[in-house]
Amino acid sequence: MSNAIIKTEDLRFSYAEAEGISPVVLDGVDLAIEEGSFVAVLGHNGSGKSTLAKHLNAILLPSGGKVYVDGMDTVDEDLLLDIRRTVGMVFQNPDNQIVANVVEEDVAFAPENLGVPPEEIRRRVDEALKAVGMYEYREHAPHLLSGGQKQRVAIAGVIAMAPRCIVLDEPTAMLDPNGRDEVMRTIKALNREKGITVVLITHHMDEAAQADRLVVMSRGKVIADGPPREVFQRVEELKAVGLTVPETVELCWTLRQDGLDLPLDALSDEACAQALYHLFC
Amino acid sequence: MALKDITLGQYFPGNSVVHRLDPRTKLLLTVVYIVALFLCSHVVSYAVMLLTLIACILASQVGFRPILRGMKPIFFIACITGLLNLFYTKGEGAPLVSFWVLEIYPEGIWAAVFMVLRIGMLICGTFLLTYTTSPILLTDGLESLLSPLKKLHAPIHELAMMMSIALRFIPTLIEETDKIMSAQKARGADFDTGNLLQRARALVPLLVPLFISAFRRADELAVAMECRCYHGGEGRTRLRQLKYARRDVIALAGGAAIAVLVGVLGHFGL
Repeated sequence: MSNAIIKTEDLRFSYAEAEGISPVVLDGVDLAIEEGSFVAVLGHNGSGKSTLAKHLNAILLPSGGKVYVDGMDTVDEDLLLDIRRTVGMVFQNPDNQIVANVVEEDVAFAPENLGVPPEEIRRRVDEALKAVGMYEYREHAPHLLSGGQKQRVAIAGVIAMAPRCIVLDEPTAMLDPNGRDEVMRTIKALNREKGITVVLITHHMDEAAQADRLVVMSRGKVIADGPPREVFQRVEELKAVGLTVPETVELCWTLRQDGLDLPLDALSDEACAQALYHLFC
Repeated sequence: MALKDITLGQYFPGNSVVHRLDPRTKLLLTVVYIVALFLCSHVVSYAVMLLTLIACILASQVGFRPILRGMKPIFFIACITGLLNLFYTKGEGAPLVSFWVLEIYPEGIWAAVFMVLRIGMLICGTFLLTYTTSPILLTDGLESLLSPLKKLHAPIHELAMMMSIALRFIPTLIEETDKIMSAQKARGADFDTGNLLQRARALVPLLVPLFISAFRRADELAVAMECRCYHGGEGRTRLRQLKYARRDVIALAGGAAIAVLVGVLGHFGL
């Protein structure tokens, strides 16, 4: 694909050898992420999904194979800042990514590092805070915000860098249901309205179902790749690697086992209800 | 133990003239103030300094109560220093009071009063600085004032960054300490009874997890900072630019004038 913003070629990674064993975490990953898309990477603990994420902006460097960010090889140290400015990263724990003790100062951190002129920093900070809906909180202290709000500040801190792609490594894992909704809405809005490419690492099925494309990982390999409604139809395969499927698919699948003729592509409650309705009417 | 009561470098937000002064001005004035305090020698110069301090506190609208409350921890030090000065200053004339080995001279009384006054005013002045300047501005001000030292390869930017990160994580770590304490209490840990040694011992199961978590946080923060293109102070710009205003020039000139006045008064033993 020519417009791939991130491309991995036979990416391999194993941690440094300890006591004679070096665990292989990534075992030949080939991925091309198109600019403007919303890709979810789904996998069980230890499937290598977070390790993959850390390769996408050169925090980790491949032990074998290549990673290209907008055509730049991540191994090239001279391009490090350009790579990191192209692909921003948001982590699980918002507390550990916020650097300053005022919201707007924190959002300004990345542009400050890039040497952006002060007026331009001001403009970017305001824009980023408005994009995540935290503008009214710009002068608050981060430790007084809720988890979802903190994570949105962290996201604003990354988009103030004006990246073309954001990689989010389980951004909702430490949040309550409200916080998760806030963050998911923000991510989708960024993708749709600003055209920022989103790579969402997650183990929540319902979050993965919201993406355009779903990549399933297990033991360092990509085992399924496609639109969520197609991937989730492979219920047996997903169950075999310890993953579940969204509840709606699970319901349809269980009913199918009992001989009912139901499609497996119902990802929303409405679609599932429709499918059931059509079955009996 | 109420962890939330820690008033380390507490800041009282406000919009007074003192609040709006540039942090560099306030830092410089504090230094000048401390130097001037040590130039004081007698009633007149101390009176000038005391009046200056009172004027500054009034202008800051912080109120006397928080400043006096901040004095509590040094109350004992001030008392002991005062007593030592009272008894150990030998005067020329006959002692006013004399019993056992202790003798009190008029000079001793003056020395004690001045020493206590000096310590008190020193603390009040620095408290006024931290009460009226947000920690971020204070750090920015320090970085900016010390930046000439960068030419000597002193890691000024790194120090300022460390300071601001420390300030950022104080509430987070306090919260965490509270959580760990509750968790340990739920398992039967006892932090509140026993003698000093036993209580210190009880803190070990609190400090170990706290340190481990602090290290993990530091590691994650470092990666997050790298992801946001942090590469040291070189070529860095700032959102908030420090600018000297006219009030800063006036304040600095006023501060310098008072310091000179006190210096001259002190020289003549007033």
